[in-house]
Amino acid sequence: MAINESLAQASNIMVYGAMTTLTGAMGAFAIALAKGRRIESIEESVARSESGSHQARMGATATLERPAVSTAVVSDAGRGEGRRAGNIGMSLTWLSMIFAGAALAFRGFSAHRLPWGNMYEFSIAAGFGVLLAYCVLSLKRDLRWLGLFIVIPVLLDLGLAITVLYTESAQLVPALNSYWLAIHVTAAIVCMGSFAVGAALSALYLVAEHVEKRVAAGQEPGRLGAFAERIPASDRLDLMAYRIHAFMFPLWTFAVIAGSIWAEAAWGRYWGWDPKETWAFITWVIYAAYLHARATAGWRGRKAAIVALAGFAAIMFNYFIVNMYVSGLHSYSGLN
Amino acid sequence: MGFMTRVIAYLRWAWRSLTSMRTALFLLFLLAIASVPGSLFPQRGTTPLKVNQYLRDHPQSGPFLDKIHMFDVFASPWFGAIYLLLFVSLTGCVLPRTLVHWKELRSEPPSAPRNLSRLTAHESWNSQANATAVADVAKAWKDRGWRVRTGDSWVAAERGYARETGNLLFHLALLFVLLAVGSGSALGTKGTVIVREGSGFANNITQYDTFTPGRAFNTSTMAPFSFQLKNFFASYQLGGMQNGAPREFHADVLVKNNPDSTARKVRIAVNEPLRIEGSSVYLVGHGYSPKITIKDGKGNVVWQDAAIFLPQDGNFTSTGVVKAPDTVPQLGIQAFFLPTAAVDMTQGPHSTFPAPTDPMVFMSVWSGDLGLDSGVPQSVFRLDTTKMKKIGLERLKPGQTYKLPDGQGSITFDGYKEWASFSITHDPGKGWALGAGMLAILGLTLSLLVPRRRAWLRITESENGTSLVEVAGLSKTEAPGLVAEISSLASTARTYIPEVLHGDQ
Ligand code: HEM
Repeated sequence: MAINESLAQASNIMVYGAMTTLTGAMGAFAIALAKGRRIESIEESVARSESGSHQARMGATATLERPAVSTAVVSDAGRGEGRRAGNIGMSLTWLSMIFAGAALAFRGFSAHRLPWGNMYEFSIAAGFGVLLAYCVLSLKRDLRWLGLFIVIPVLLDLGLAITVLYTESAQLVPALNSYWLAIHVTAAIVCMGSFAVGAALSALYLVAEHVEKRVAAGQEPGRLGAFAERIPASDRLDLMAYRIHAFMFPLWTFAVIAGSIWAEAAWGRYWGWDPKETWAFITWVIYAAYLHARATAGWRGRKAAIVALAGFAAIMFNYFIVNMYVSGLHSYSGLN
Repeated sequence: MGFMTRVIAYLRWAWRSLTSMRTALFLLFLLAIASVPGSLFPQRGTTPLKVNQYLRDHPQSGPFLDKIHMFDVFASPWFGAIYLLLFVSLTGCVLPRTLVHWKELRSEPPSAPRNLSRLTAHESWNSQANATAVADVAKAWKDRGWRVRTGDSWVAAERGYARETGNLLFHLALLFVLLAVGSGSALGTKGTVIVREGSGFANNITQYDTFTPGRAFNTSTMAPFSFQLKNFFASYQLGGMQNGAPREFHADVLVKNNPDSTARKVRIAVNEPLRIEGSSVYLVGHGYSPKITIKDGKGNVVWQDAAIFLPQDGNFTSTGVVKAPDTVPQLGIQAFFLPTAAVDMTQGPHSTFPAPTDPMVFMSVWSGDLGLDSGVPQSVFRLDTTKMKKIGLERLKPGQTYKLPDGQGSITFDGYKEWASFSITHDPGKGWALGAGMLAILGLTLSLLVPRRRAWLRITESENGTSLVEVAGLSKTEAPGLVAEISSLASTARTYIPEVLHGDQ
C-alpha cells in the first residue's frame, strides 16, 4: 500500500508541537522546583531514618514498612507562583504526551502499520512512553518535583530523533513484518520508558542521600543542599525507584524472551549472541543484580542505585551505540 | 587437625562460598562482562568473513586476540567455565532453599511480638470480647486468604507464601533454561542449502552446502523429509528514499515428510518457517541463476544449466562462473548477471534495482585448461585462468546468442531462474527452553509482586471489665498497601468484636 504523505507530514508537525510544549513545561517545572520545598526538612528525614533503623533493629524481622507518609505528598511545589508554575508544567506535559501520541498515530496510519519500525519511530515511541508513564503516575500522587527530570530527557530524545535519526515514512522490510513486532517491541519500549523514570529517581536518590549523610554527620549540607531541599527524602526516592524496577523487571524478561521467540521464527535460532541480544542480556543481568543488591545488607542504598544507573547506561548503549555503530542482524535503524 | 579433616573443612568452605548468593551474583556479572567482547569483535559463528577481514587488517593484534578466543567468545573455554560455575553455584543454592521452603510451607504463622504498637500498622480499640469471637475472626481472615493460628486470646496470620514459591520457581527455571540451551546445542544440527527453482533438497548430510552438527549429534536421528522449490517470489519498494528495499519474499515448496508420503504445498516466508518432523526450514536469502547453453564448433550442446550466481550488493549485481570441461580446448565463463542492467565508467556493469526489469548477462569467455584435473578441489564460484586466455567479451539479453570467434562455438543466454537459500535447524532443546522461560516469568512475577505479610490480633484484659483489642501487622517486603490491608483486617475483626466506648456499661 502507498504511503500517505500528508499524514506523514502531519506526524512531523506533531513532533515539533510536542517539542514546543515540552520546552514550555521545562521552564514551568524549573520555576516550580526553584520555589518548592520538601514538606519534611532534611533534618527531619535524617531523624526519621535514624529512628527507623533503630526500630528495625528492635523489631528483628526484615524490612518494616514505614508509616503512611510514603503515600502522602513528599514534596510541595510551593505556594502561589511555584504552585501555579508546577500546574502549568503538568498541563503542558499532558499536552506534549498527546502531541507525541498523535505523531505516532499519524505515522502509523500513513504507512498502515505499527509506528515502530526504525530508530526514529522507536525514539518518538519511547518519548511518548516516558511521558505516558509520568502522567499516569502523577494521577495518583504529586510528582511536580520530578517533572523537570522527565521533560528534559524527553526533549533531548525528540530533538535527536527529528534531526539525527529522521527516516521517511515507509513500509517495513520483511523481517520486521510480524506480529512479534507488536509484542516484543512494545514491551521493550514500555520498559525503556519506565527504566528511564527509574534511572531519574536513582540519580536523584544519590543526591539526596549524599546531602542527608552530610547532615547526619553534623556537616553543612554542601553545594547540593539547596537542590536536595526540593526533592523528596532519599528513602522515598529509593522506594519509588525500587518499585518501578521491580514492576518492570518481569516485563523486561518477557521482552527478551519474546525477542528470542521472534528471532527463532525470523533467523532460525532463538539466541545467537547477536550484539543486540548480547546487550539485552547484559542489561537483564545488571537489573537482576540491582534487585539482589537491594535485598542484600551492605549493598542497599548507594551501591544499588549505582547498579540501577549502570542498567540504564546499558540500555542506552544498546539503543544508540549498537544500533548505529555495531552491525548485526538487528540493523533496522533505517539509517544505513 | 588431621589432614583429611582440614581438606574436608576446606571443601566445605569452598562449597559454601561457591553456592552463596554473592558468588552467584559475581558470576552473573562476570558472564555479562565476558559477553561484551562478543558484541564488539566479529564472531566466527555468525560472521566468519568479517573475522578473516579483521585478521587481515590487524596482522599484529589479530593472532593474539584469536588465541584468547575473542572471535569465538561464546564457544571459548573461559566463557564455558563461567557458565558451568554459575550453573553449579545456582544448583547448590537453590536446592537447599527449596527444602527449607518446603518445610516452611507447612509451618504455622509465628506468634506475635510482645509490643504490637511498635509495628508499622497498628490499630486498637476497647471491647467486651469473648473466646468465640477469636475463632470467628480467625475464620474470617482465613477466608480472605491468610493462613491462621489461634490461641485463647490471639490470632496469628500470615500470607504471601507464593512469593518465596515464585522466587524458587524462578531460580529453578533459570537452571532449566541453562540445561535446555546446552543440551539443545549438543544434540541439534544446523545447516544451509541453496536450491534453484525446480530443484529439490532431501534431509541428509550430503545434500547440505554447510552442515554443523552438535557434539552429541547422531546421524540416525535425521528426519527423512524432502522438499522441492516450485517458485520464489520477491517484491521491492519502487521509488522514494528506500527505493529497492525488500518488501516481501516467499518460497512455494512441495514438501514430503518422508519418501513415501504424499507431497503438500507449503509457503515458506521470512518469519514463517516450515516446521517439519522436529526441524525448521527458514528462508534466509535468494539470488539469480542465469540459464546458459554452450555449444561447441560442431553445434553440439556441451553445457546447459542454470548456474548459481551470488549477489554482491542490495541491487543484486550478481557474479558467477560457468565451466565447460568437455570440449577441447575447455571453455570457461566469468559473468555478471544484472537484473536491471546499467553500465558506467566508474562502476562498470552493475544493477540499479533488485527486480529483473531489464536482465542482462555480461561475460568474459576464456579458453584453455580449466585446471580441474590437478586433483585439487576448486570452488564452483571461481575460475582459475592461469592456463587460459580470454577469447571474447559480450553482453546478452535473454534469448540472445554470442558466436565465439574462429568458429569455436556459441553461448546462449536462455533466461534465468531464481534460487533461494534455506537454513535448516534441528534443536531439541528449544521447546524446553521456552517452557522454562515462561515459568521464569511466572516465578518472577509472583516473587516481585506478591506481598509477604504477617498480622496479629491480641485481646488483653484491662481492669474496668473491658478488653483492649489490638490488630497489627508488618510486611516482610516492600510492597505498598500494608496499612490499608491491616486496617481492613481490623474492620473485619470489629464486626465480631465490636468497639465499646468507655462508660457504655
Ligand atoms: C547462589 C545463587 C542465588 C541465590 C542464593 C539467590 C538468592 C535470591 C534471593 C534470596 C532472592 C530474593 C530477594 C528478595 O528477598 O527480594 C532472589 C531474587 C532474585 N534472583 Fe536470585 N539468587 C541466586 C542466583 C540468581 C541468579 C543467577 C539470577 C539470574 C539472573 C538471579 C535472579 C534473581 C532475580 C531476578 C530475583 C528477583 C528479585 C527479588 O525477588 O527481589 N538469582 N535471589
